[in-house]
Amino acid sequence: MKIKTFTIDGVELSGREDQTILEVAREHGIKIPTLCHLEGLTPIGSCRICIVEIDGKRFAPSCITKVEDGMKIVTNNSEITEYRKTILEMIFAERNHICSICIANGNCELQNLSIELGMDHFEIKNQYPRCEVDLSHEKYGIDHNRCVLCARCVRVCAKIEGAHTKDISGRGHNARIITDFARGWGEAETCTGCGKCVQVCPTGALFEKGKPVGARKKRDFLNYLKIMRGQ
Amino acid sequence: MKKKLATVWLDGCSGCHMSFLDIDERLLEVLQFFDIVYSPLVDFKEFPESVDVTFVEGAVSTTEDIKKIKEIRKKSSIIVAMGDCAITGNVPSMRNSFKLNSVIDRGYAENSDKHNKVEFFDVPPLLTNVLPVNAIIHVNYYLPGCPPPADAFYNLIKSILNQEKFDVFQHTRFGK
Repeated sequence: MKIKTFTIDGVELSGREDQTILEVAREHGIKIPTLCHLEGLTPIGSCRICIVEIDGKRFAPSCITKVEDGMKIVTNNSEITEYRKTILEMIFAERNHICSICIANGNCELQNLSIELGMDHFEIKNQYPRCEVDLSHEKYGIDHNRCVLCARCVRVCAKIEGAHTKDISGRGHNARIITDFARGWGEAETCTGCGKCVQVCPTGALFEKGKPVGARKKRDFLNYLKIMRGQ
Repeated sequence: MKKKLATVWLDGCSGCHMSFLDIDERLLEVLQFFDIVYSPLVDFKEFPESVDVTFVEGAVSTTEDIKKIKEIRKKSSIIVAMGDCAITGNVPSMRNSFKLNSVIDRGYAENSDKHNKVEFFDVPPLLTNVLPVNAIIHVNYYLPGCPPPADAFYNLIKSILNQEKFDVFQHTRFGK
């Protein structure tokens, strides 16, 4: 394994060639905001909140960009903050995120990001799409109004539970999380009912019926899983 | 001389106004520096010519709201969008995912045993989409929350008065 040397925010650092910018930054206590990333799941860079500036000329999501020799990485400046805010606004505007009546109110990673990035209003016009709520499963429900398409549920179902019940169908505006062949969740034969998808969901999109979110989201359970597996 | 304070109630539930009143005895302190010149809480019919600070509750839902908010912008130095409805549309904007006619039917005809047809007269027509206040006018301060906590109101008013920087997320957030 080769060791690469580079700078993050002007500090000379080194990391293994298989490490991402985000991993090295977090090892050294450098804070980069994330949304779709979750420790223990394969990173896919779907939300773009974690973008950093590389060599002063290009932007890349730090969760899927591997470190390289001589990289000059900047994790925070006014331009990056503006881009992150715009990305966050677009995520908010794409669906109907109404915090006051959401079951995840107060326990939501999207809501926390609005505080972290200092976003107190929107400049982008909201799309107000018509979204379904699937309550056909015995224990769980999905509210597409709150979904940010981070695909954490897809990844945890495929890679950790090994069921691959969930996936994304459609593109752009029409993209939706589906179960099996876009049947109702209740009819999905491959679903084991383990609830891992509910635990990792950053917003109120996936929920356990009859329980408030604060009482049940255990987002750090994947870390235990990693430790137990000796990874 | 005292500064002038106004509050306006558009498409909202009045919860923000209730929360404003929840600053309790500190209202007396606020009233040492401000006169409330227009508000659902007091009995003035016309919006005065020049107001220093105007708090706006609620989203913009009718043609009347648009007219009102434009007039208020002209006559106010500082406008505060108070509460999630004014900032994002919040609960009133939930009707935007449906056609206006089906919303009206559901609200006034389908669930009524007396009327099967809806007729509007003497009330301003609803807009196709409920809009946040900053979609129509420039807003100076945003105070999110549903409703924003009383402390957030008090501290914002104090900051405006002393011309200090206001850290909004120290006091409130969306959905608070």
